[in-house]
Amino acid sequence: MLAFIIRRIAQSLFVMVAVALIAFLMFRFVGDPVNQMVGIDTPQEEVARLRESLGLNDPAIVQFGRFVWDVLHFNFGVSYQFRLPVTQLLAERAPATLELALTAAIFALIVGVIMGVYCALNRDSWLARVFQAVSLVGVSLPTFLIGILLIYLFAVILGWLPSNGRGQVVKIGEWWTTGFFTASGLKALILPAITLGLFQMTLIMRLVRAEMMEVMRTDYIKFAKARGLRTRSIHFGHALKNTLIPVITIAGLQLGSIIAFAIITETVFNWPGMGILFLKAVQNVDIPIMAAYLMLIGFLFVIINLAVDLAYGLVDPRLRVAMRA
Amino acid sequence: MPHPTPEEVKGLVGGGSSGLVTRLLDSDVFASFRSSKLTMLAAFIVLLMFFGAAFAPWIAPFDPFDPAKVFLSDASIPPRWQAAGDPRFIFGTDDQGRDLYSAILYGLRVSLIVGGLGVLLAAAIGITLGLVAGYVGGRVDALIMRVADVQLTFPAILIALLIDGVVHSLWKGVSREESAIPVLVISIGLSFWVQYARTIRGSTLVEKNKDYVAAARLVGIPTPVIMLRHVLPNVIGPVLVILTINLGLAIITEATLSFLGVGLPPTQPSLGTLISIGNQYLFSGDWWIVAFPGATLAVLVLAVNLLGDWLRDALNPKLR
Amino acid sequence: MSIRRHLLAAFAAVALSSVSAHAVTLRYANQGDLKSLDPYTLNETTANAHLGHVYDGLTTRGKDLKVGPGLAERWEILDGAKKWRFHLRKNVKFHNGEAFTADDVIFSADRVRAAGSNFQTRVPKDAKFTKVDDYTVEVELSSPNPIMIAQWDTWYIISKKWAEANGSAAPTPASATTPSHISLNANGTGPFKIESHQPGVKTVFKANPAWWDKKEHNLDEIIFTPIPNAATRVAALLSGEVDVIEPVPVQDMARVNASDKAQVLAGPELRTIFLGYDQSRDELLESNVKGKNPFKDVRVRQAFNMAVDKETIKTRVMRGLSTPSALMIAPDLFAHSADFTSPKFDPEGAKKLLADAGYPNGFEVGMDCPNDRYVNDAQICQAVVGMLARIGVKVNLNAQPKAQYFAKVLKPGGYKTSFYLLGWTPGTFDSHNVLNDLHGCRAEGSPRGESNLGGYCDAKVDELTAKILVEADEAKRNAMIKEAYTITTKAFAYVPLHQQALAWGVAKNVKITQRADNSVLLYWAVKK
Repeated sequence: MLAFIIRRIAQSLFVMVAVALIAFLMFRFVGDPVNQMVGIDTPQEEVARLRESLGLNDPAIVQFGRFVWDVLHFNFGVSYQFRLPVTQLLAERAPATLELALTAAIFALIVGVIMGVYCALNRDSWLARVFQAVSLVGVSLPTFLIGILLIYLFAVILGWLPSNGRGQVVKIGEWWTTGFFTASGLKALILPAITLGLFQMTLIMRLVRAEMMEVMRTDYIKFAKARGLRTRSIHFGHALKNTLIPVITIAGLQLGSIIAFAIITETVFNWPGMGILFLKAVQNVDIPIMAAYLMLIGFLFVIINLAVDLAYGLVDPRLRVAMRA
Repeated sequence: MPHPTPEEVKGLVGGGSSGLVTRLLDSDVFASFRSSKLTMLAAFIVLLMFFGAAFAPWIAPFDPFDPAKVFLSDASIPPRWQAAGDPRFIFGTDDQGRDLYSAILYGLRVSLIVGGLGVLLAAAIGITLGLVAGYVGGRVDALIMRVADVQLTFPAILIALLIDGVVHSLWKGVSREESAIPVLVISIGLSFWVQYARTIRGSTLVEKNKDYVAAARLVGIPTPVIMLRHVLPNVIGPVLVILTINLGLAIITEATLSFLGVGLPPTQPSLGTLISIGNQYLFSGDWWIVAFPGATLAVLVLAVNLLGDWLRDALNPKLR
Repeated sequence: MSIRRHLLAAFAAVALSSVSAHAVTLRYANQGDLKSLDPYTLNETTANAHLGHVYDGLTTRGKDLKVGPGLAERWEILDGAKKWRFHLRKNVKFHNGEAFTADDVIFSADRVRAAGSNFQTRVPKDAKFTKVDDYTVEVELSSPNPIMIAQWDTWYIISKKWAEANGSAAPTPASATTPSHISLNANGTGPFKIESHQPGVKTVFKANPAWWDKKEHNLDEIIFTPIPNAATRVAALLSGEVDVIEPVPVQDMARVNASDKAQVLAGPELRTIFLGYDQSRDELLESNVKGKNPFKDVRVRQAFNMAVDKETIKTRVMRGLSTPSALMIAPDLFAHSADFTSPKFDPEGAKKLLADAGYPNGFEVGMDCPNDRYVNDAQICQAVVGMLARIGVKVNLNAQPKAQYFAKVLKPGGYKTSFYLLGWTPGTFDSHNVLNDLHGCRAEGSPRGESNLGGYCDAKVDELTAKILVEADEAKRNAMIKEAYTITTKAFAYVPLHQQALAWGVAKNVKITQRADNSVLLYWAVKK
């Protein structure tokens, strides 16, 4: 068991190094940061000096070594655009993205599970068909189009909800800002969270429906029915409980992609999070931000994957055997 | 126990290369197809759109890709049935004076080519790696699955930015007109393969312990042949479902990348480009520029997804 | 425990902010960020306008762009414009309470010319600043320069003591790898103070009650947020979440005007949008013509000028909001503009010219174009592609975000373009800048012609440009400018397209003044 854990952690480290290498290589290619920083009338000597001072003339392996060393010290350098430490910029914006992602994930999970269970239990009712239709539309329309349509309807035509930003935020502690405690903050969260969560919601709904329908066929449920348990207790006490383990696993794994896909939602809603920072960084060839963001997303995925693997290892006896082998 | 004869092996390998076809042509599947009117409608729509896309140059009244035949003075004309409409343009024109109906047909073609080639590339990569990982196992398996983890770290958008950057720095001055399609296909291919690999690896792990594989190995059939001729046909069923569902996802990914500015250029619009162009005119009252391409995209993806759903249910006997 | 305290503090903050809600707050959204607060880091219209709320220059430019007194109450031009004497305003205080004196001017003059400043050309290299007394400064030049102060309204004066005490004596270069105090904090003499600044997210300005000049606004607070996405920006205005946006996409102007919350404030801008072509290389970088450069032939350049239909671009792409231009400068900035006319739109004639030049079937050429810099820039380029296709020229358009575009076509990128679209506002609001920067022969080690991406070159024009710089007589100067423009238009050095329109979205309860250089200056704003 211990060997397995160590092996998985070692593999995760390998993954992180690979991500670092890709992040590093990728952004050596995207563009030349020096051109971003100089004006039209900067003399060539100044350009050459800059190049030297940024270490862009060193061999690639030296630059990569420096990159990894700095990353290990949480030093992602200074943004070319803002002239602020990237760590600070990301820390400032992380609360916005995390609150949005969390709200979207909870929305997707709760609504997805409810709709999925309903559809599985009432396969042929008209409401189930409506849910199915909604879920299909959810995966068939691009996120940015859904966002724009929601803004057009709820912000411009109806004027019920704000179209952009986080509303009023309050500071908690040194660096966390939250929109959870103000009315405008909560209102501002609604449209972006729905836009971001819709796709995951349909995934979860479909998954719950399929899993639930499978579970309902198992002998276990048949026995429960035979024992004369109440329908409600069979559905929610037995069937749903068995359905939820894979669902929560998938939802956990999806949290990483929610954060990554927040790029689009944040762009449409001008949500001051990490995604919009990243997209702006790409447009401005702001290498330190791009590299740090990629490392961050990579780290999240690796941690989530590792946690899921280890949890499965503890839960599933068959896998425990396989681990020993 | 004596070695089995080649005939016996063949018998064991059985379902072999013809397995998929037999399963597809299984009368049960066709019965389920005929029983669902919605599925039939979806199939009809998909066929219609494939047809429209394939024969766009012959069906479309204009060639929207030829700048010499697009007149700026025709820009932003509303659909034909509106008061300010023009009988030449059924769905009106876009901001450059392109006939929207023609642009949609050509855009559909581009979207389907990009999406289709993208998922095929993804399937090719995923199936190969999944088969190798599952069959060979050990370090190769671990390595491939770790690469899959790394890959998952990068959503299609990031991958497209990466490849776009590499292409543009290796071939300085290459324009989006030349680079967009290969970049998008490779981006989609490289971001969607993991699902195939994991699925194929899972089923391969099961299949490789079955008697027919053991038997094939015993008679000395080379490993690559076992993998391709014997294991592959038995694990490829679910791929069809993933392929269908991914096609919808790929088309959406292309549209999103166009929205973020790394997709097809406005001079060679895909459905996604048309939508992001139209998006700029949503507030100005020129709703048709976004509405028709948007509706086409939504209906196409919807139909593809319906087919995918049906296919999954039909091939999974437990759910019937 | 500590979490509870933080939560209490959070609630207290909410309660407090709702108390002060009666203050007049103007919310302003723009497509770009305010990246650095150091006024010498980036010379860009938007950044200069932002910082103009906080800092003052020795001069100001009024609502009509006329130069007026600023921190310098008045000045004398002596010795044939070789010597200037400035009389500084007394009783001016920086936001931190320090008095403004001649020391600050001399310090700022050194700092603005130091390495890393993006404003080095604001103050001539050879200008020698001397302090006569606390409120008088003299500037000596080695050669006459009658337009020395043309851009001094955006050369902002910084407090010497404050900058030195906070380790910001040297300008923060755009390439700085560590943030400086002054790039995150501000201490000016202007009408507003910076209350908080989160780069790329939000900047809050608070009115400065001790401002030296007569206050024309009624604001207590300005909240600035960048909203890069045009649709989101318009939506924010229409839903009443922001009061002022810049710019409004031309196609959304009707929608904004139709709403009951806001309207569009439109007017001509001084920026000229034009097409340029590589006339210096012997073979184009991106063309199927090998061994020669078609743009070296004046007939080809004339054909391009005749093939582009500026009127249709105006009506269709710009929705009527542009002024087609025959010159590379806005008519407001040059007295004799009316004497010049664009070549007639004539595709047949253009085709004939191409045939005469040896290209009866046209040729192929690559075109570079930004897609997020000017009003509908990519759409203009696309329209040009169509128009040139009709005279047989196949244009391969490469429209990119401005970061990549500028990196490719500007001097640091090696002018790697064959055919491009660019916009230009002369920073001095004067033809000398246009002739020198866009038409001057490029030369190693000289800033002349640095933005002349196509490498147009005519010794006679350069000679005139040098004379124009030092000529003090208005009529003579204008005659020389006209002579220079006659040469450049005869040579079809560029294809001038138009002056684009300014379009600001303004809530109905807000009155603001629109200056033609597109500076959004909210110290002239009144909100009901």
